[in-house]
Amino acid sequence: MKPLDIAAINREAVQAIQKVQPELVGIGIAGEVVPRLRRNLVLHAGPPITWDRMCGPLRGAVMGALVYEGLARSIPEAERLAASGEIAFEPWHEHDGVGPMAGVATASMPVWIVEDRASGRRTFCTLNEGLGKVLRYGAYSEEVLTRLRWMRDVLGPVLQEALTRRPPINLKALIAQALQMGDEVHNRHRAATSLLFRELAPAILRTRAPTDDQVKVLEFLHANDHTFLNLSMPAAKLMLQAAEWREGCTLVTTMARNGTDFGIRVAGLPHRWFTGPAGQVKGLLFPGFIEADCNPDIGDSAITETVGLGGFSMAAAPAIVKFVGGTVADAMRYTQTMYEITVGESEAFQIPSLDFRGAPLGIDLLKVCETGILPQINTGIAHREAGVGQVGAGLVNPPRQCFEAALAAFVEIYCPE
Amino acid sequence: MSAIHDLFTSPIKVINVGLPSFAADLQRQNVPVVHVDWKPPAGGNPRIAALLDRIRRWQAQVRAGKE
Repeated sequence: MKPLDIAAINREAVQAIQKVQPELVGIGIAGEVVPRLRRNLVLHAGPPITWDRMCGPLRGAVMGALVYEGLARSIPEAERLAASGEIAFEPWHEHDGVGPMAGVATASMPVWIVEDRASGRRTFCTLNEGLGKVLRYGAYSEEVLTRLRWMRDVLGPVLQEALTRRPPINLKALIAQALQMGDEVHNRHRAATSLLFRELAPAILRTRAPTDDQVKVLEFLHANDHTFLNLSMPAAKLMLQAAEWREGCTLVTTMARNGTDFGIRVAGLPHRWFTGPAGQVKGLLFPGFIEADCNPDIGDSAITETVGLGGFSMAAAPAIVKFVGGTVADAMRYTQTMYEITVGESEAFQIPSLDFRGAPLGIDLLKVCETGILPQINTGIAHREAGVGQVGAGLVNPPRQCFEAALAAFVEIYCPE
Repeated sequence: MSAIHDLFTSPIKVINVGLPSFAADLQRQNVPVVHVDWKPPAGGNPRIAALLDRIRRWQAQVRAGKE
């Protein structure tokens, strides 16, 4: 057995996460900037999954994306193509990116580019479409595809030009500020999106785009509180990549769901997924929906919890309980409990109601297994049928078996009998 | 015998470990009680406890090697 000091390695990993400065540097076309993304490849949220095991919303998003890409002329044709074996499916996480809910991305979609200048590392995420009938919840109607085409042809190019007309936006500083303003940047982004809007608006007005397009872009960003979700996620991913694949490290660097399976990855167990069944989210449903309508937990957005935001920072966002359920006391308790399973505290992300204590950072696989305390995630709930959309929001935990399987693998590699 | 006798004739101060309902019962009877929030390691799962124990022994060796 190698003389590896797990506690020291974990401390170094947390320090590496703290040093990352995620900056929004631009927008690119996914097929041109995302590593190894090719035309017949569909990226999705969560751990790897085959078409036959995909849930309704993920299937719906895949079919919509195939029509949007021009690979199929209709939804039935897209369904046949997806099942034919001609289309490959891979997790966003294996391509330096993340996707909310179904998380589907294909080659011609515009993506945010987030970069850490010191390391040169980059992460990616599509642009948020808003609420209602949207691809990430598995909707694929003409309305959805028309909006995606507008995002490709107008929103993406205008934002890209705007970002060349100003310095990069430091997302870490923006998230830190948003936490002081009542966001936890997983399900509440009102402050973060407003701050982003303030940063982008003057640069948008300096673009050469027609005034009508500039106004539509500003209105689109303004109308959608969740605009910033697609930036908090790649920022979190970029920070956590700094800890990845360190020998002997027991920090969890990925938590992600594809609507069927929940998967985690651990820094000291490179590239391996440890999965269990995705749980049912408990929370508040929109009027007219019942629990039987809800799809199991889905999306890469638990990357925010993995870096100490979202459910881990709920004490910073008391208003979130009106959206995900529970009481303010619950929100405080969730954050307090997460310190039991983390090895550090964020220097940048501070929680005012805890006397500016740093958010719980660095989920330790060993602490999760030792205490039995599971990470607390807050999340949106998708309808289980493709095309319906969001039906509510709530709270969920990962399945215990992900962590138990990772622990067994860690022992097998590092300290076998 | 006198120690036992003293225990039952003097006011009781209780430290409760584990199940909170025991502490709650005593509180209802106005008995001073301190509750310790404790759960068995690894949720009482012997397989997980054994895996954690193996890592603990390895780490003890690593620390001993450094000294």
